[in-house]
Amino acid sequence: MKLTVNGKKRSYAGLPFKRLLDVLREDFGLTGTKEGCGEGECGACTVLVDGEPVNSCLVPVGQMEGAQVETVESLASAKKLSRLQSAFLEKGGAQCGICTPGMLMAAEAHRRAGGKKTRQAVCTAVSGNLCRCTGYKHIVDSVMAALKGRK
Amino acid sequence: MRFLRARTPEEALRLAEKHPDAKPLAGGTDLMVAWNAGRLDGKTMLDLSPLKAWARISPAKDGADVGALVTHARLMRHPEVLKFWPLLAEACGTVGGPQIQARGTLGGNIANASPAGDPFPPLAVYEARVRLVHAGGRRELAFLDVFAGVKKTHLAPGELIESVHLPHPPKPSRQLFRKIGTRAAQAISKTMMAGLLWLERDGAVREVRFALGSMAPTVKRLHAAEEFLRGRRLDRPTVDKAVELLAADVSPIDDVRSTRAYRLRAAQNVFRGFLEGRLGRS
Repeated sequence: MKLTVNGKKRSYAGLPFKRLLDVLREDFGLTGTKEGCGEGECGACTVLVDGEPVNSCLVPVGQMEGAQVETVESLASAKKLSRLQSAFLEKGGAQCGICTPGMLMAAEAHRRAGGKKTRQAVCTAVSGNLCRCTGYKHIVDSVMAALKGRK
Repeated sequence: MRFLRARTPEEALRLAEKHPDAKPLAGGTDLMVAWNAGRLDGKTMLDLSPLKAWARISPAKDGADVGALVTHARLMRHPEVLKFWPLLAEACGTVGGPQIQARGTLGGNIANASPAGDPFPPLAVYEARVRLVHAGGRRELAFLDVFAGVKKTHLAPGELIESVHLPHPPKPSRQLFRKIGTRAAQAISKTMMAGLLWLERDGAVREVRFALGSMAPTVKRLHAAEEFLRGRRLDRPTVDKAVELLAADVSPIDDVRSTRAYRLRAAQNVFRGFLEGRLGRS
């Protein structure tokens, strides 16, 4: 089967019930996507499928034929971080880092969908992502800074 | 594990007939949890996700038909749904988080038959009808008649959910959706409820519909209270009696998420607030 990952055409010939998360990490070497709970509770493994945020631990790769998948590796271009990633660095949006790739992708989905630039809307956008370190304030600060275009 | 993939509705029906034990797979937000835990080893999965014809929201004569594969994310943002069935849109926005909403489907949610399905109380008060299809034909069930118990439906082997019909309700005088859970996102409900109320000009109840989830093995309409209220004005003794009657139609239990007593009290308080006009909107 064929799918597109981070703009690159990929083919996959393994078991259709392998989790998208494992295919990304093991077959395609994209280890930026992390596994947290493995049951759709924590959002750490969030990637975009056709622009929408999904938990890649709950997607059998067999359903991804023809899909456009984007992982955290797609955010930075060449050696430059995206505005969202830079904002996480500046505002302390990452602490232990396990939730960060998922937080970034959930926030990226919100940004691209033209979501509201309010704290409430950002909180809802990342409500499917758990963080055990930051208490969320710094994460929301980071996303707000990126949305408002401050460096 | 066998993974069958249906490309068209006809192929889905053929495969479902040939493999009546196959588990239909839509968004996977429940089935994949079971798979990851090893509970589906050796089972056959019938993937319905490529069926575009079942992923549409189409206008119908007296309402709309929502394809079984329409996701919660689409329902909660769809202009027609927001206009005519706002309680359903609101409930879809409380399912899991954005990732679950983007993947989970209405048909999958119904087929999963959890007592805690958040869209179920709205579907119960809107008196939705569920269209079932199998290789030999179609049939339609009232939404409440789909459920046989906790995680059990009346679907026959080889039968699939094709769509959900939503009839246009008359414009209500008051409406409410309320979910009570540990946190706003990613929490399975302790209880949740939907209400529609139509009042006569003199303040008497023309009709009231109220449904509760997570209060019994399946979603429940408050038939006793609804019938009692018809034609009455919502004065204190009437509301007191209706709130008391709520218990007649539910059987909440103590479990990991809440207690019987809490669920009953919380549901009665919201029901009272709705009838007294303190909760809900026009």
